[in-house]
Amino acid sequence: MTLTPDRVTTWTRICPVDRLIPERGVAALVDSEPVAVFLLDDDGSGEVRVHAVAHHDPFSNANVMARGIIGSVGTGEDYRDTVASPMYKQVFDLATGQCLTEPGVCLSVYPVRLVDGHVEIGHGAPPSGP
Amino acid sequence: MDEQHTVRRRLVVVGGGMVAHRLVEALTDRDLDGAWQVDVFAEESRPPYDRVALTSFFSGRDPDDLLLGEPELWHRDGVRLHTNAAVQRIDTERREVHARGRRFPYDALVIATGSYPAVPPVPGSDLPGAFVYRTVDDVTELRAWATTRHLKRPVRGAVVGGGLLGLEAAGALTAMGVETTVVEFAPRLMPIQVDEGGGEGLRRLIEKLGVNVRTATATSKVRAGSNGRVNRMDFADGSKLPVDLVVFATGVRPRDELAREAGLPVGDRGGVVVDETCATGTPDVYAIGEVACIEGRTWGLVAPGYTMAEIVADRLLGGSATFPGADTSTKLKLLGVDVASFGDAFAESPGALEVVYADPVAGAYKKLVLSDDAQTLLGGVLVGDASAYASLRPMVGQKLGADPTAWLLPEGASAAPAADLPDAANVCSCNNVSAGAIRCAVSEEGCTDLAGVKACTKAGTSCGSCLPLVKKLVGSELEKSGVAVSNALCEHFELSRAQLFDVVRVQDLGTFSEILERHGTGRGCDICRPVVASILASLGTGHVLDRDTARLQDTNDHVMANLQKDGTYSVVPRVPGGEITPQGLIDIGQVASDFGLYTKITGGQRIDLFGARIEQLPSIWQRLVDAGFESGHAYGKALRTVKSCVGSQWCRYGVQDSVALAIALELRYRGLRSPHKIKLGVSGCARECAEARSKDVGVIATEHGWNVYVGGNGGFTPRHAQLFAEDLSTDDLVRTIDRFLMYYVRTADRLQRTAAWVEEHEGGLEAIADVVIDDSLGIGADLDAAMACHVDGYVDEWAATLADPEKRAQFVSFVNAPDTQDDGVGGAIDNRGTVIAGPTLEVRR
Ligand code: SRM
Ligand SMILES: Cc1cc2nc3c(=O)[nH]c(=O)nc-3n(C[C@H](O)[C@H](O)[C@H](O)COP(=O)(O)OP(=O)(O)OC[C@H]3O[C@@H](n4cnc5c(N)ncnc54)[C@H](O)[C@@H]3O)c2cc1C
Ligand code: SF4
Ligand code: FES
Repeated sequence: MTLTPDRVTTWTRICPVDRLIPERGVAALVDSEPVAVFLLDDDGSGEVRVHAVAHHDPFSNANVMARGIIGSVGTGEDYRDTVASPMYKQVFDLATGQCLTEPGVCLSVYPVRLVDGHVEIGHGAPPSGP
Repeated sequence: MDEQHTVRRRLVVVGGGMVAHRLVEALTDRDLDGAWQVDVFAEESRPPYDRVALTSFFSGRDPDDLLLGEPELWHRDGVRLHTNAAVQRIDTERREVHARGRRFPYDALVIATGSYPAVPPVPGSDLPGAFVYRTVDDVTELRAWATTRHLKRPVRGAVVGGGLLGLEAAGALTAMGVETTVVEFAPRLMPIQVDEGGGEGLRRLIEKLGVNVRTATATSKVRAGSNGRVNRMDFADGSKLPVDLVVFATGVRPRDELAREAGLPVGDRGGVVVDETCATGTPDVYAIGEVACIEGRTWGLVAPGYTMAEIVADRLLGGSATFPGADTSTKLKLLGVDVASFGDAFAESPGALEVVYADPVAGAYKKLVLSDDAQTLLGGVLVGDASAYASLRPMVGQKLGADPTAWLLPEGASAAPAADLPDAANVCSCNNVSAGAIRCAVSEEGCTDLAGVKACTKAGTSCGSCLPLVKKLVGSELEKSGVAVSNALCEHFELSRAQLFDVVRVQDLGTFSEILERHGTGRGCDICRPVVASILASLGTGHVLDRDTARLQDTNDHVMANLQKDGTYSVVPRVPGGEITPQGLIDIGQVASDFGLYTKITGGQRIDLFGARIEQLPSIWQRLVDAGFESGHAYGKALRTVKSCVGSQWCRYGVQDSVALAIALELRYRGLRSPHKIKLGVSGCARECAEARSKDVGVIATEHGWNVYVGGNGGFTPRHAQLFAEDLSTDDLVRTIDRFLMYYVRTADRLQRTAAWVEEHEGGLEAIADVVIDDSLGIGADLDAAMACHVDGYVDEWAATLADPEKRAQFVSFVNAPDTQDDGVGGAIDNRGTVIAGPTLEVRR
């Protein structure tokens, strides 16, 4: 399930942004779902970028995604920020949750916002129908 | 395209083995306008797989890893594979086959039913516990039988047949821990391939592997015990052998029964008779592979079958290919024994000369068969050291040069001149690929590495014995065409690890961001980040969890523990040299017991505690650090252990104190980050109880000091360490190891163990000795200083982490619920609850 911001019914406050280590993840509980939250380095725009995807690794079936290594693939138009599962190293697109090394598998992606220097993650009723 | 042709012609292939696969692949690759609709009927339940590699099933390979080619072949338009579908009958009058209770018409029919194992008419050969060795199902049953007995002694097995297949089966049984005897009717092993001298050398080598060999022995009966299962073999000479299983590897017979019933002619010794175009006398009916009797005989090898498949594919598309004859070269894949024969191995050509080199002590026997002027190579047999096989086999029919005997000597073999190979020489006999075709793949078709050449030419994709030569050819061809062989680390760095190490050191770069900005692109990845972390650590900068390095670490390094399959971690405290006090054992045991951890003695002489959750790690380590333990770096590409034997302090044979030296070395090199893990071993005398020669650095005590060996490892490709320096004093020894390790750390590639590094280093071990021992590059003092810096700068990572509240705070399950246990971690491993896996627990695979 991937929520688009307009379906969000609740925002859960996770922690202060500076509790996050740049380019690493932490796990958080959002509506009792385990979520992996990553803070990316400032890419020069001055904007703080935080991504949230499911913490559950579909390949190993263990909750470990937050312990993966951040990276990127491609350049120019094809550039994507990624995270690699720490277990068997499949690489996922952080923005869409798509698995890039074994296409067809996907992590849920959660909307993120920053309020008063805190990270908040959105969740809500699952989308009804396709 | 599809609209243009009206009706596709129907090809029916009977049999779904290796050769059928090649036929379909070759046909569909070339049949671009879709003239043929192909239906393959396979009796087995799997798509065609690599029967030649069947034995690798025992080394833990999933049978699906054996599947041939791209699975996509079976989804190509116009191709249908019917598995579990034996053809019952062929009707050449009505031009149809019967399978699954239905009839399938054909326009062309190819019989590719292969062979079945011929079991001699020995009474009892069908008892439970008697096996053959041909299909995945056969080996699956065999493995189940051999590994699920509950006996208080090793399982005993016999292999009837001492040919290629029998020895392979014996190797597989031995690898499963079965006490194995090979029973051969002929007076020597591999009677078809090797001569008497070779057979004798082979016997000695096979016996060294712990396999018993009985030649000139006829089996008269297999007897059952009271439970109805195989339990004894009786031989014609009256002797008996107790066994729990018997494998028959006594040859194969063509599966020509369908053809016989359909009235097709078969050869004297079976096999569907075909002409040089693989056609039977009946219109549009072909036979290929092991079932075909071509030029008056059948072939039990895959290469001639592949040739036949290519011929039929060509003929079906209107071509005119014919059978050029076959190469019967063979190389035994039995683990640890090299045997090869090629060309005219029995010197049957008129006037042929034989040159033999034999070293009975080392168990080597090599023979070359030469033309009467001793110039041209006709064939040969290699036993014990077949390293020259890949280079020699393609030379058959060629002149060997001034001194042919040079090829037989141990050193001569490795110097075989691959580059001068004529274009016509056949390099890969399984797939009929010539040296010219390989050169062409590089120079014309743009292949830039071995993998590309394999995919493009198929060279090296069957038995693999030609790979060393293919690799050499590809390398020299790339060099010739001026292509730099890429050693880029990953998509973000053009540099190799060694180059990156140098620039980081010389330019004194201290952070990943700086390094990436100057030498890389993008954000990095899970390959280059850990490499940079390791380089920075080797150069002595900072703690693993410092902010800039934290982002680079694989989870193992990041939490300083080893990730397990269920998301928990294992904890390994350092036990230098394997020496531990009773109190130390009690302390570790108490921690394990209090935290409910599974404990196991490792192969590295220490104790591993499994099943710790991330949030438990600091409390576990607090207890261990308080008890005087420190990190064992089981998680890092770093020094692991220095294994020791008990040595002169207790052992009656020990000549030096191996434990004391091992402890000193382990404390010296602990925490040293490196391209791959490093292991050392110290033995107190030449009996070598510490297995030092299987380590990256092995030290063996002598009356006068220490011998040091380097470049050994276990793992996937085990290698013995080679002697590097003899009778060193302890000081000289330590300096030698310091420099050896530091030089390795600086110049090796990512994930390259010392053995591979030594092998790839220009000039090999001697060149490394020049640098390390004779200081030929003048960097000795620099290497010494770097090691001194490491030794002085060492701090225990775990103690430092516990002392730093910010770092400690990172060990939580959830950042917003630090005390909540994560249900998605742990519990998946069956013995976590019981903590001790008893003998009744089923062996996990
Ligand atoms: C625990 C242990 C097995 C045991 O129960 O005995 C073990 C366990 C692992 N080994 Fe090992 N190896 C262990 C001794 C060995 C040995 C034997 C030895 O050291 O005497 C070998 C062969 C000798 C050698 O290394 O040359 C060995 C060859 C490997 C290899 C293959 C290395 C190679 O060069 O081919 C790997 C894979 C790798 O490192 O890439 C490996 C990798 C692993 C990893 C780290 C796999 C992983 O990534 O999860 C295992 C997890 C360790 C953990 O604690 O969770 N392990 N491993 C042994 C720990 C020894 C120690 O105290 O540190
Ligand atoms: C352990 C082992 C090691 C070997 N090592 C080597 C080696 O190193 N080098 C080498 O060159 N060769 C080796 N071989 C031999 C090689 O595997 C064979 O030469 C090759 O597989 C022959 O291919 P094929 O397609 O003719 O027959 P197969 O691969 O046997 O295929 C025939 C298939 O047809 C099926 N079939 C039979 N009858 C019917 C029917 N009526 N209907 C439907 N399907 C049917 C069978 O079930 C089988 O799957 C080895 C063989 C074994 C068993
Ligand atoms: S290697 Fe030598 S000293 Fe060490 S235990 Fe064995 S016999 Fe004794
Ligand atoms: S010779 Fe067997 S794969 Fe090349």
